Amino acid sequence: MSEEITPYQVVPKTPLAGSAAGDIREQGEITRRNFPFVLTAAWLALTAALGGLTSVLGRFMFPNVLFEPVQRFKAGFMSDYAVGEVDERWKDKFGIWLVRTEEIMYALITVCTHLGCTPNWLPTQNKFKCPCHGSGYYKSGINFEGPTPRPLERAKIFIDPSDGQIVVDKAKQFHQERGEWVDPESFIKL
Amino acid sequence: MADLRALQDGIVNSQIWKSIFRVGIPNTNRKRVLAVLGSLILHLHPVKVRRSGTRMSYTWCMGGTTFFLFLVETVTGLLLMFYYRPTIEYAFTDIMDLREQAPFGIMREMHRWGAHAMVIAVWLHMFRVFMTGSYKPPREFNWNVGVILLVLTLLLSFTGYLLPWDQLAIWAITVGSSMARATPGAGNEGPMSGLIKLGDIRLIHAGDDARFALIGGRSIGPATLLRFYVLHCVAIPLVAGFLMAIHFWRVRKDGGISGPL
Ligand code: HEM
Ligand code: FES
Repeated sequence: MSEEITPYQVVPKTPLAGSAAGDIREQGEITRRNFPFVLTAAWLALTAALGGLTSVLGRFMFPNVLFEPVQRFKAGFMSDYAVGEVDERWKDKFGIWLVRTEEIMYALITVCTHLGCTPNWLPTQNKFKCPCHGSGYYKSGINFEGPTPRPLERAKIFIDPSDGQIVVDKAKQFHQERGEWVDPESFIKL
Repeated sequence: MADLRALQDGIVNSQIWKSIFRVGIPNTNRKRVLAVLGSLILHLHPVKVRRSGTRMSYTWCMGGTTFFLFLVETVTGLLLMFYYRPTIEYAFTDIMDLREQAPFGIMREMHRWGAHAMVIAVWLHMFRVFMTGSYKPPREFNWNVGVILLVLTLLLSFTGYLLPWDQLAIWAITVGSSMARATPGAGNEGPMSGLIKLGDIRLIHAGDDARFALIGGRSIGPATLLRFYVLHCVAIPLVAGFLMAIHFWRVRKDGGISGPL
C-alpha cells in the first residue's frame, strides 16, 4: 500500500516502529478528527453554565419569606356584624371587607381588579369607588362603571367548628366571572 | 514678556507636562489628530464631524441633550444617595430633609426635573431620527440599540418615581406594576398563564408570577422600595451606560451622523 501524502493530511510526528496502527499521539491532544466533538462539548458546557447562572439569577429574585400580613385570620363572631353593612374593620390590616346580608356573609378583597388600587366604600352612594381611575362596584362586588374588566374577588370564608369564629383565608380567591361565587367556600350561609 | 515665554517653555518642556500631553503643542494637522487619538477623553469625540451633523436644525441635538441629561442625573443622583435611605421608615422623611435641610435643596429638584427632561428629550431624539430616515441601513442596528435605551430611560423614570414613598408614588407603582400581571405565560392574569397547571392547581398565581419577582411580594412594600432603589441607582444605569457606549460607537462606525435628505 503506497501512501501518498496530501497537503492536508496529518503526518505522525514520531513514527514508532511496531506500534499499533492506531493513534500514537499523546492522550488528550486535539486533532482534526476529535475537534468537532471537543468544540461541541465546549459549547454545551458553556450553554449549561450560562443556563445555570440565569436560573440562579432568576430564582434569586423570588423571596422565600414575605413580610406581609398573614393571609388567614380570625374575624370574630357573626353577632359582631350588622346585617346589611359593609364592615371596614379589617380593611387596613388584612385588606378585607366583610359583608353580611340577610342570607349570606362574604369577604371581598380590597384590591381593585383594574390595576390594583384600594377602592373606598361610599355608604351614602351604596358603592365601592376606586380613586385611581374611577372603577365602581356594587356592594356585591360586581363592577358597573369605570375601566375595570371584572368584579372584585371574594376570599375563602368559613366558621371554625372549634370556637365558632369566622375565619377568612385570602390564599383562596373566588372570581365571579369564572362562576366561582356559587362555591360553598366563598360564603357563609346564615 | 521674554520671562513669560521662558516660563511657558519651561512648563511645556517639563517632564510632568510631557508625560501628560505626549504630542506637544498641536500646531500642525498631524499633531492635532495625534493629540485627539492619544487621549482617552478627547478620542470619545470623533476627530472629524460632517458639517451637516453640526446643524441644530437637523439633529436638534436631542441625542446629545439626552446624554447630557443622563450625566446630570448621574451626578445629582450620586449626591442624593449620600442622604437618602431606601427603607419605609426613612425614605419619605429623607426626601423632605433633602429639600428642607440638606445644603442645596435644589439638588433634588434638579434630579427630578432632569429626569422629566431626559424622558422628553429621548422621545424627541427618536422622533427626529425617524423623521430624517436615519434608521435606514446601515443604521438599523443602532435604531434597535436606541429602542432598548428608550425602554431603559423609561424604566429609570419608573423606578425613581417610587423612591419618595408618598401616596402618589405608591399608587402609581401599584398601577404600573399591575400591568406585569398581564405578562403572557408569566403573569397571573396573562394570556396562557391559566394553562400552566398541575391537575387543577394553577402554577402561576399572585405569589409567584412576574409581578411578584419585580416587586418582591404580593403588594408594594419595603421589599419593592429596596428593589427599585437598587435597580434605579445601580443596575439600570450600568446597562444603559454600556449601551450608550455601543450607541455612540455605532454612530461613528455607520459613517457618522447621517446627512440631510
Ligand atoms: C438614552 C438614550 C439615548 C441617547 C443618550 C442617545 C444619544 C445619541 C447621540 C448623541 C446621537 C448622535 C446624533 C444626535 O445627537 O442626534 C445619536 C444618534 C442616533 N440615535 Fe440615539 N440616543 C438615545 C436613544 C435613542 C433612541 C430611543 C433611538 C431610536 C429608537 C435612537 C436612535 C439613534 C440613531 C438611529 C442614531 C443615528 C442617527 C444619525 O446617524 O443621524 N437613539 N443618539
Ligand atoms: S386601579 Fe382602580 S380604577 Fe384603575
